Parts: sequence; structure tokens; C-alpha cells
Amino acid sequence: MRAVRLTVVTAAATAATLAAVTGCTQKSDAKSEDGAVQVIAKDDSCEVSKKDFPAGHLKLNVENRGSKVTEVYVLYPDDRIVAERENIGPGTKASITAEIKAGDYEIACKPGMKGDGIRQKVTATGAGAAAVKRSPEMDAAVAAYRQYVQAQADATLPKVKVFTDAVRAGNVEAAKKAYADSRIGWERTEPVAESFGDIDPKVDVREDGLEAGQDPAKDWTGWHRLEKALWQDKKIGDREKQLADLLDKDLADWVKRVGKADITPTSMANGAKELLDEVATGKVTGEEERYSHTDLVDFKANVEGAQKSFELLKPVASKNDPQLVAELDKQFAALNTLLDKYRTDKTSYVFTSYEKVGKEQRKELSDGVNALAEPLSKLAAAVVK
Amino acid sequence: MSEQSSENSAQSTERTGAGQTGAGQGAAPSRRSVIGWGGAGLALGAVAAGGTVALTRGGDATVPVAESGAAVPFHGAHQAGIATAVQDRLHFAAFDVKTKDRAELVQLLKDWTRAAERMTAGHEVGEGAYGGLPEAPPDDTGEALGLKPSRLTLTIGFGPSLFDGRFGLAGKRPGALVDLPKFPGDNLDPARSGGDLCVQACADDPQVAVHAIRNLARIGFGKVAVRWSQLGFGKTSSTTPDAQTPRNLFGFKDGTRNIAGTETDRLAKHVWVAGKGAEGPAAWMDGGSYLVARRIRMNVETWDRTPLAEQEDIFGRDKKEGAPVGKAKEHDEPFLKAMKPDSHVRLAHPDTNGGATILRRGYSFTDGTDGLGRLDAGLFFLAYQRDVRTGFIPVQTSLSRSDALNEYTQHVGSALFAIPPGVRDKDDWWGRALFA
Repeated sequence: MRAVRLTVVTAAATAATLAAVTGCTQKSDAKSEDGAVQVIAKDDSCEVSKKDFPAGHLKLNVENRGSKVTEVYVLYPDDRIVAERENIGPGTKASITAEIKAGDYEIACKPGMKGDGIRQKVTATGAGAAAVKRSPEMDAAVAAYRQYVQAQADATLPKVKVFTDAVRAGNVEAAKKAYADSRIGWERTEPVAESFGDIDPKVDVREDGLEAGQDPAKDWTGWHRLEKALWQDKKIGDREKQLADLLDKDLADWVKRVGKADITPTSMANGAKELLDEVATGKVTGEEERYSHTDLVDFKANVEGAQKSFELLKPVASKNDPQLVAELDKQFAALNTLLDKYRTDKTSYVFTSYEKVGKEQRKELSDGVNALAEPLSKLAAAVVK
Repeated sequence: MSEQSSENSAQSTERTGAGQTGAGQGAAPSRRSVIGWGGAGLALGAVAAGGTVALTRGGDATVPVAESGAAVPFHGAHQAGIATAVQDRLHFAAFDVKTKDRAELVQLLKDWTRAAERMTAGHEVGEGAYGGLPEAPPDDTGEALGLKPSRLTLTIGFGPSLFDGRFGLAGKRPGALVDLPKFPGDNLDPARSGGDLCVQACADDPQVAVHAIRNLARIGFGKVAVRWSQLGFGKTSSTTPDAQTPRNLFGFKDGTRNIAGTETDRLAKHVWVAGKGAEGPAAWMDGGSYLVARRIRMNVETWDRTPLAEQEDIFGRDKKEGAPVGKAKEHDEPFLKAMKPDSHVRLAHPDTNGGATILRRGYSFTDGTDGLGRLDAGLFFLAYQRDVRTGFIPVQTSLSRSDALNEYTQHVGSALFAIPPGVRDKDDWWGRALFA
């Protein structure tokens, strides 16, 4: 829960772009010029040489003729990013490549790198001669992961309702009991959730994640605000009851949108690594659940989500890098074994309170995370190799 | 305390990285090309040959300008980083081995060796810091791009704990790899002590040293985990005594008579393991050495309030010149009896300790302040010797009991490592003889 938008969307874009970029697009400029779309960016305009092009391999040749540094985006109609290029200085050129399917898009120039930008609607039609070749295994992996994400989201709502009902009933103990459990589905699929930049700050931000000028009393919402009320302030007031309603509402919005997330094999792989990053930066330190100390529940859920991505990508990755897959199998098992030391029943999500986890044990957990996250960071490469 | 043994040594002149015998094959430096330096071998050679070291910074620096960018050869009979002319900066790391699989540990040592060969020559690790698959993290972390090799040396060591039952090495633990006794006044933090493995990274550029440890740690994740590490910023001794002795954080020259990198005889006698020390189970240590690392916290605030005369009495040297009591020049032979019985130099001198002589290459450190506003600073003491039982232990025994300096210092971290011999060539790797 860094309230930062990383992950899936950008990863997806990069991933799509990748194949193209690594295929030396840069070097073969001359040849690929034919299909390229010219974009002339100025301080007050964004001229696009053609607004209809075949789906598949898209290349934008951008020239900044304005006086400000600009950035250029290819966007889905709902503003998600397909591909982007920042920091294009005045008088300089840059190129952007993407793999796109048939459909409507927008190309946006942002002079000064601020605001919504100057937009042009464009359309990609047909299958395209250079349509991306996809492997059935990859398609299966993505489809299965999409299902998983949706199922996790769907299953989360009723659990959240148990939590929020307890809050609304003013029952501190019942709410505390339901708290960690209500977060598991979210934590398992966090990179996808975070890809919708606006939901995460509403439901999962910590007090120190608020921006300058935001008032904690008014602007701090979501799970951790309620966590503080329950464990630190030990009381539920009207504001908390309102926040419970809001959490239900925001998460319902998440459940509705999660199916539209752009997911690719590489975004799955990098998303898995990001889940471990979440563990490494927030859970291992005990910062995430500083009032409830339920960090190990989130930890376990993050690992499970990462493992799901990995398992689904395994058929592809094992062909390209069997050694890496063996290492990941081993490290997932090792970390899970380590985590099991902190719960008596392996089917339950009742873990030792993190404040009772000593310095040396935290070091051991941190070492375990590093041991898994480092090879996991190579999974994306093994998938596209 | 500081360089115990300030006096541990004899006179010498000379210099340099010639300590690595057969160091030869000067891998071409390239991360950062050495254009203008005439190549590493050349730079080192020139320095070694003449002793005509061009001093910079008003004569205080011990590193000639032309040398600071060069590459120190990695291969040789002894590991670089021991007799090598002491570089300006240090990043020292101790690791715990996490894997229980001997083969995996061996593979790691091979991987580390290959990475160390590249980094000490100024190259990036693996496939480099850029140009690879965009969605995968690069092999090299990249922060040393564009920097010169900076005389980076990487020196590996094996701690006593590596010789427990885990890897079948128990029978190979050398007699000299003892458990250090507890010395009076020690206040050791286990989290800053010990370790199965260590890597000492010395370089003239701190970024190069940190880069090296960071990349080795990264390669090691899952197999090893960093147990503790220490940055050092100012060398407190030199292995090139023709240059002026650097000062420690107490403002004193300490370590005046260190063993020089070119003193082959003294190195053979006091530093390199051979003959009896390398027989039987310790045969794999032939050409190696033993390293004692001590984190010595200095109470600089109270020291700074100590009268000058008392400071000088405590060391047994004057502050300006560094001359021993009653003498005029730093390198004059000290007359021990003229010094107070509890003076540091007197107690550390080989004559007081049955001839015990060690090679020091310690560094000053500071980790900021300690929360009480006191400088968290001191000496990261590193000493190499042929056998700690006749090296560090007698010296420290004498110092820990009565050194007047003890009022201002405390040993807070401690580790001991067997330093295997050098990597001979491209097919060799760190610790091959141990795991053979």
C-alpha cells in the first residue's frame, strides 16, 4: 500500500511495448518508418499524422516543437495507460511503441508534463498484419489470473461486511476480530487493486501516507483509520460508522472495476514481485499494521497472491528457465514453512501478533523475503524470453 | 583502542600492491576506462618501482593521483586487499550462510569469484546495468558506472562458525581459527559480531566499495544473508610507510610501523600462512592469513576534553609529529621505558608482546550520532596475521588490561576469519582448496 500507482497497468504497457522495443525498433528506424504515426507536440497542440491505423504494432514518432518539456501517452478510453514517454525536451524526438488491439484510444500530449493533456481520439482497426502473437499458455495464465483476482475481490466483500457491520454495531471486539480477515483478498491481489490509482488511497492508506494539506480527521479513510480507532483509541464513534459505510462503498467500486484491469503475463510476474516488495517494505518492519499488529496475516496473503501468479506462469517459465522455476519453488516453500511457525493451525489465518516477533525472527523473515524476491524479480524475463 | 600495535613493526619503506605475488595479469580496467592512466599495471608498476610517490594534498595523502583510478590485479598467490597499499574507503560485510546445501554454497563462492573478478577490473556484474530486457531488473545495480576501478579489492574470509557440522568442514578447521577469548572491557554486540563469511571491500571511491558489497549480497540472497556491515572512511594505517601515517579520530598518528606491502620477509614471517600453519587440516590455508575485525567505539567527546599532555602521555607520542616520547621524528625508534607504563604505544609494541607483529589496515568510521548526540564513531580495526594466537591475542591481552586509552574506547563488535589464499586464475575460485 504505498499509495503509489505502480504495477499492473504500467507493467502491462511496458510489457506490451517490450517485445517491440527489444526487437531493436530503435535501430531499424528507417525500415519501420512506414507504419509509424507522427506526433508533433507543441505548447498548445498535439498533431497526429493519422487517426486510423491497423491494430497490432503501433509506433509513434514524437517530435516536441514546443518550448516546454512534454510527455506523450497512448490511453485507453477509460484513461488507463497503454504506453507513455516522459521528459521529451523541446526540440527533441522520441519514439513510443505499443501492441494494441482493435478499439478506440486517445493520444495525449502534456506540455509542461501537467494536467490532462491535449488529446486526440484515434482508432485501431482489424487484426493488423503485425498483430501480437500470443501463446495459448500465456492466454490461459492471464485468463486464470483474471478469474482469481475477481474471485478474491468477490469473496472480500462479505468479509468486509462482517467487519463493517461490527463497526456499525459499535462492537469493538467483534470488529477487531474481523479486521485482518477482511483484508486478505485485497492483500493477495494488491498490485491489481493499486493499478486503479484512486481506490488504494481511499481504503488502504496509512496516516503517514496522506499528502501535504490533507487533514487526517477528514481525509484519512479506510481500513487503517478504523484500525487505529479500534486498537489505539479503543472506541467507535459516529465518524467510524460513516467510515465503515465508505469502506463498503469503495470496495464495491473496486470489485466492479477489477475485472477490467489490464493483465498480461509480465504484469502478473512483476506484480508477484511487487507483492514481495510490499512485504519487504511494510510488513517485515511492522509499519503496515502498527496498531493491530496483524502484519503476518497480510504477509501471508501477499505471499499467496505472488505464489498464485507464479504457479499460473509456471508452464511458460519452466520452458524458458527451469532452474529459476526450481529455485522459486524452493524459496516459496521455505518462506511458507517459516510463516507456518507463526500459526498453530495451518488452515487458519490467526498468526502471532507481530509485536511478539523478536528482532532476530524479523531478520529471519526479512532474509526469507530477500531469498524469494530476488529470483522472483527474474520471473518476468523468464516469461518473455 | 586503536591500532593496537602501533609499534608493531619495523621500519620499512616502500610500498604497495606487490604483496600479491604473481598478481600479474592486470585485467584491463574498463568500467570506466583508464585512459590517461597508462593502464593499471603501468600505474602500479611505476609506483612500486620508484617509491617516488607523488604526494598530493600538501603531502598528506598516501595515494598518488595516478594510482587512484587503477585496477588492482585480482589473481595471485595471496588475496588482494591485505598487503595491497591501503585504499581510502572500506565497506566490510559479514554474512550468515542460509543454505544447508554444500553444493549451493560452493556455487555461490564460484559466482562471487566471477563477479569479484569483473568488479575489481572495473567491469559491471553479469550482463551489466543496462541494455538487457526492459522488464527485468539489470544484473548490475549500476551505481559504479562511469567510475574508475578505484583500486577496488575484494577479500573473502571464512569464520569459525562455517566449520560446524553443516557443510562437512569441521575436520578442516585450522587450529589457528580459535574462538577469541573475552577481553576485559569488551562489550560485544552479537548483532555486530561473527559471521560465517566476510567480504572486505576496499577502494579509493566509497561508491565503488559499496557497489561491490551490494552486488555480492544480491547474488547471495537465498544462499547467504548479510549479518552486519561496516563502512569506513579514513584509513588509520598504511602499508606504504614512506608516506605519512594517517591520523585516527583521536587526532594521533597510530600505526607508524606497520608492515609494508613490499616487505616480503616480514609478510612471510608475520602475515602469510605457510609451513606448520598450513599442514594437516589447515593445508588449504597455505598462502592465506587470519583476519581480526573489531569495532572499537571511541568516546570522542571526553577525549576532546582531555589535556594535551595527558593525550600525549596516553599514546606515548607527541600529537604534532607523532614522535615517540623523547624522540624528534615519527619514525625514530621508540624508547619504551621513557613512556608511561600504561601508554598505548608501549603496551602495543612487539617488544612488550614477545615480538607479536600484525599487519593493520583499519579505518575510522562514524555511523552518525547515537541518539544522545554523541558521535557514534571509532576505529574499525582490521588486522592480518599468520596466527592470532601469536598475533592479536597477546597484543590485545596486554592492551585490554592496562592501556590508558581504554578509558576512551570500548570494543563493541568482534569477528575472526580465516582468509584463504588468492585465486590463481580464471578457473580457480574463492575457497576451492577448502571445499576440495
